[in-house]
Amino acid sequence: MKVTIDGKEIEVPKGTTILEAARMIGPEVAPPTMCYYSNLKTSGGYCRTCIVKVTKGSAQNPNPMPKPVVSCRTEVMDGMEVQNYTSPDLLEARRGVVEFLLINHPLDCPICDQAGECFLQDLSYNNGTEKTRYEFKRREFEMIDIGDKIKLHMTRCILCYRCVKVAEQLTNGRVHGVINRGDVAEISTYITQAVDNDFSGNMIDVCPVGALTDKTFRFKQRVWFTKPMDAHRNCDKCCGKVRLWYKGEEVLRVTARKNKWDESEEFICNACRFDHKKTADWVIEGPTPISHHSVISQNHYEHLNALKVDTLKRQKALGFMNIDKRP
Amino acid sequence: MGKKLLLHNDHVPNIHTYEVYRAHGGYASVEKALKTMTPDQVTDEVKKSGLRGRGGAGFPTGLKWSFLAKPEGVPRYLVCNADESEPGTFKDRYLMERHPHALVEGMITSSYALGAHTSYIYIRGEYFYVARILEQAIREAYAAGMLGKNILGTNYSLDLYVQVGGGAYICGEETALLESLEGKRGNPRIKPPFPAVAGLYGCPTVVNNVETIAAVAPIVNMGGEEYAKIGIGKSTGTKLISASGHINKPGVYEIELGVPVEEFIYSEAYCGGIRNGKKMKAVVAGGSSVPILPTELILKTAKGEPRLMTYESLADGGFQTGTMLGSGGFIVMDEDTSVVKNLFTFTRFYHHESCGQCSPCREGTGWMEKVMQKFIDGTANESDIDLLWDIQGKIEGKTICPLGDAAAWPVAAAIRHFKQEFIDIAKQKKFNDVKHYYRLNNLTEA
Ligand SMILES: Cc1cc2nc3c(=O)[nH]c(=O)nc-3n(C[C@H](O)[C@H](O)[C@H](O)COP(=O)(O)O)c2cc1C
Ligand code: SF4
Ligand code: SF4
Ligand code: FES
Repeated sequence: MKVTIDGKEIEVPKGTTILEAARMIGPEVAPPTMCYYSNLKTSGGYCRTCIVKVTKGSAQNPNPMPKPVVSCRTEVMDGMEVQNYTSPDLLEARRGVVEFLLINHPLDCPICDQAGECFLQDLSYNNGTEKTRYEFKRREFEMIDIGDKIKLHMTRCILCYRCVKVAEQLTNGRVHGVINRGDVAEISTYITQAVDNDFSGNMIDVCPVGALTDKTFRFKQRVWFTKPMDAHRNCDKCCGKVRLWYKGEEVLRVTARKNKWDESEEFICNACRFDHKKTADWVIEGPTPISHHSVISQNHYEHLNALKVDTLKRQKALGFMNIDKRP
Repeated sequence: MGKKLLLHNDHVPNIHTYEVYRAHGGYASVEKALKTMTPDQVTDEVKKSGLRGRGGAGFPTGLKWSFLAKPEGVPRYLVCNADESEPGTFKDRYLMERHPHALVEGMITSSYALGAHTSYIYIRGEYFYVARILEQAIREAYAAGMLGKNILGTNYSLDLYVQVGGGAYICGEETALLESLEGKRGNPRIKPPFPAVAGLYGCPTVVNNVETIAAVAPIVNMGGEEYAKIGIGKSTGTKLISASGHINKPGVYEIELGVPVEEFIYSEAYCGGIRNGKKMKAVVAGGSSVPILPTELILKTAKGEPRLMTYESLADGGFQTGTMLGSGGFIVMDEDTSVVKNLFTFTRFYHHESCGQCSPCREGTGWMEKVMQKFIDGTANESDIDLLWDIQGKIEGKTICPLGDAAAWPVAAAIRHFKQEFIDIAKQKKFNDVKHYYRLNNLTEA
C-alpha cells in the first residue's frame, strides 16, 4: 500500500497505521504522541496530539476525510495522502490539543522528577504557546502510593491510559484503573489496594509525565545529572536488558531501554528494576546512545566537549527532530 | 391532526397490559414477520420505509441493519438504546411508560430480522421505575409465548433482557453503552471497528433507539412503501417530539414529519403557542446538542421558505442559519429568557457528563463552563466571547465520540446568533436577567 505523508511516499503492508508509516519515513513527518505506545495493545486514540489531516482517503475513494484523524489508530489505505507538518490548520488544531493538556497541568517542572525526560515538556516546547489563557484554579489531587515502590502524583496525570494498559496487559488481576469521569477522572487502585506484581514497575516507564515515579529514585537526582548505561543480566522473569542510570559510581535507578520514540523496547520485571542496583549485578554494555533529550545528552557526558563531539550534529544524524534548544 | 402510528392508542385505558395491547392489534407484526416473512424480507421493508434513526443522528435504519456482519457460528445482538439523557428529550420515556409492549413488539420483530437470539434494552438509571414497567411487559410476553423458545410455534427463539445503567449521559453513545452493558466503565470505544462488526462482547451488534425499534412494528404491518408515503422526501413516517419550555402545552407529540415549525409551535393541536402571551425568542429544535436558532430562523429558512419539521428542512442552511432535528427535543424559549443563562446550563451539563477519555473534551468542556460562569457572575470581558469561540472550535471534530461536538455546537450557535447578549453583559459587568431572578425567587417585580 502506498501512502504519502507531507509529500513523502512510502510503501507499507496492509494494516499499518498512519503513525507507523510516518515513523518509517522518519521523524521529520512523524506526529508527536502522548498516549500511543508501540508495545501496549489498544493504546492510543485518547490524547489527540497525533492528529493528522487526510487530504485524500485512498486511490479508490479520493475524498478527503472531513475531520482530522488520530494517526495512531487509523490504518492507511492505498493511495492515501496525509498532511502533518505541512498543514497550518492541522498544526493550529494540535496547538489546541496541547493547550488543553496544559490548562490543568501544574507545570511544576522545577520540582518534578520527570523533568528532562517528559513527553509533555517536549510537546509544549514544540507546539505550545508562551502564555496561558487559562485563568482558573488548576485541579489538584492527593498523592497516593501505588504499592511501596511507585508514587502516583495524579495532579500531573494527562490520562493517557498507558499505565492502565500495563496493568491490564502485564499484571494479573488488575486492580489499577480509572475512577470518576470527565476532568475529575483519576487513576487509582481498587480501594488503594497495592499493585503488587512482578511487572508493575513498567507503569513508571510508560508514564509520559511525572505522574508515576519510582519511589526508590524520587528526588535523588535530576535526570540530566545522571548518565545512562546499557546493561543486561540473566533474568528468569524478563529479558534482563535494561538501562542503568549512574551518578558517579552509584546506580540510582534502573529502567527499560527506550527506542528512538522513547518507548520501552522490552518490559522489565520489578526484580531487575528495584532490587539490582549494584554494578556487580550487571554486565555493562556501554553508554546509551544519546537520545533526543538533549538535557541529558548535552550536560552529562562531560568528556564530550573534550572529545569535540558535536552533539547537535550527532542528534541530527541519529534522526532526532525534537532537538531541545533550551539553554 | 396527522396520522399516528406509535401513540394511536394513547387514550386506551390499560394499554400497558398485554391483553389490552393485544386486543388493539398489538403483536401483529410479530405474527406477520415470523409466520409469513424471511428475516431479509423484514429488513427490506425497513429499507423501503426510509425509516431513519430516531436517537439523534438520523442514520437510515435499513442501511444500518444491512451492514450487520453475519459470520457463521457467532451470535448477533440487537441492543435498544433507552438511555435517553439528552436534555430536552423525554419521548422514549413516554413511550415506554405508557406503551411498553410497543417496544417489546418492535424488539421481537427487529431481532428476528437481524437474526439475534438475545437482545437487550439498556435503560438509564434514573428510569428505574420504567425498567420495572418493561420487565412486567416482558414477563407477560414470555407468558403469552411471544418471547422465549419457539415463539408462536415457529423455530425462532429470543430472550430479551432489561439492563439498567448507572445514570450517565455518555452511556447513550452506542459504544459506551456496549461497554457499560458488558459491565465495564462506560467509555466510548475508538472506532473502527464499528458495532456492526464488533459490538457487544466483540460480536456483530445493532444499536437502535427506542422509537426506531418501536416504528418497525407499524412498518411491517403496513408495508415499507406505505410508511414511506407519510412525511416528505427523505423524512418519512412519524416522529415523537418532546416539546418543552415556554409553551402552553408542553408534552410528547407524534407528528407526521413535514409539519411546518410554525404550525407545531402555534397550533392548538400541538404546543398551543407561547404561554402568558409572550413572544418567542429562540428554539433549540433537537435536544441540547443542536444549534439554537432565533425566531426568524426557526420559522423560516434563510431563503425565506417556511421551515418544516423534517431532517432536511431543519438542517437547511447548515450551521450558519440552520440546525438539526436531532432527537426531537424541542425547547422553546420566550422573550424573557437569557440565552447566556441557558448556555451556561448546557456547558455545565457537558462538563459534568464528559467521560474524560480524550483531552479536548475532558479539558475543554470544563474550561467553557468556567468562562460561562464569569458571564453569570458578571465578571466576563468581551475577550471572553472570542475565547469561548476559540475553545469550542478546538474541541469540535477532534474527539473520540460526538459528545465533544455536542458540547461545542451550542456554544458556537449561541455566540453566532446572540452575540449582543454576551457583549451587553461584558460591558455592563453584570448579569442582567432580572426577570429570571424574580421568577427563581418567587418575587413580583417592583
Ligand atoms: C453523547 C451521546 C449520547 C447519546 N445518547 C443517546 C440516547 O440517549 N439515546 C439514543 O437513542 N441515542 C443516543 N445517542 C446516539 C447513539 O450513539 C446512536 O447513534 C443511536 O442509539 C443509534 O440509534 P438510531 O439509529 O436508532 O438513532 C447518543 C450519542 C452520543 C454521542
Ligand atoms: S498516571 Fe501517567 S501513565 Fe497513567 S494515565 Fe496518567 S499520565 Fe498516563
Ligand atoms: S468526546 Fe468526551 S465523552 Fe466522548 S470520548 Fe472524548 S472525553 Fe469521552
Ligand atoms: S498518540 Fe494518538 S491519540 Fe494519543
